[in-house]
Amino acid sequence: MALQDKYKQLVDAATAAGAQVREQDGVLYIDGTAASGSIKDQLWDIYGQIDPNFLSGDVVLNVNVATAVAGARAKVTTETSNLNIRKGPGTDQPIVGKAAHHEIVTLVSKANDQWWLIRTDGGKEGYAYAQYLTPLE
Amino acid sequence: MKRTLSYFLITAFAGIWLFSCKPKISDQDIEAKIQSNPTLSHIVATAKKGVVTLSGEAKDEADKTNIESAVKGMEGVKQVINNMTIAPPPPPAPVEIAADDPLTKGIADVLKDFPSVKATASDGVITVTGEATAANWKKIKMALDGLKPKKVDASALTIK
Repeated sequence: MALQDKYKQLVDAATAAGAQVREQDGVLYIDGTAASGSIKDQLWDIYGQIDPNFLSGDVVLNVNVATAVAGARAKVTTETSNLNIRKGPGTDQPIVGKAAHHEIVTLVSKANDQWWLIRTDGGKEGYAYAQYLTPLE
Repeated sequence: MKRTLSYFLITAFAGIWLFSCKPKISDQDIEAKIQSNPTLSHIVATAKKGVVTLSGEAKDEADKTNIESAVKGMEGVKQVINNMTIAPPPPPAPVEIAADDPLTKGIADVLKDFPSVKATASDGVITVTGEATAANWKKIKMALDGLKPKKVDASALTIK
């Protein structure tokens, strides 16, 4: 329970957001789906305040965003570059196209939490890395 | 004549007494009725002169109240003593940890754009080495946590 005390603020915020909090073998696991991207950001901010730079290795925070559903529109939020669109879910898969930085694409479906099948307005369809896609709210 | 009348009266009173006792539900009947009810099968009930004592584990507070009112509504039950306890909530399911193969594949995807960072997976633990800016490390950590690792050990990582 010591971990839940250390991360009390995070645990409270995560519980309020509907996430599941479990402690197992000295690691605190927080899993769930936040209603919006800003709630997810807020949880990561709280986590970063308690454990600067996330270096303690005693929390696994896995929160998805509820707005990331099939049919939703998402913005390509890469640093500056284009986003690769691939034939299958994995960086070992061939690139079939690119979506421009800040382009708005359609989320077709999810292969998993990491890889989403997207379609550009130009008609290109394939898998893109979810971290670089921000669902529009 | 007098004797006949007293016989008659005795018979009549005995008849009334027997009749008034006939519809009385016995304690055994109450217990049997509770035990035969499938929704009450998880409780223990003992009846004594129409007073039913309930024990055993109710699923929750609502279950406890529902059982009490169900038993109270039964014929022959005068009073209910509710000594039921509430069952403790089931322990949460254990955390699902990904196997090393999908973790290794996931790590390759995460680190594709961060060549200065290396990571390996062993028994579900992701060990991160190399160096990264604080902002990039946050992105990497967010992505690694999404792979369902046992933990992410970044004690050997240098934050620039």
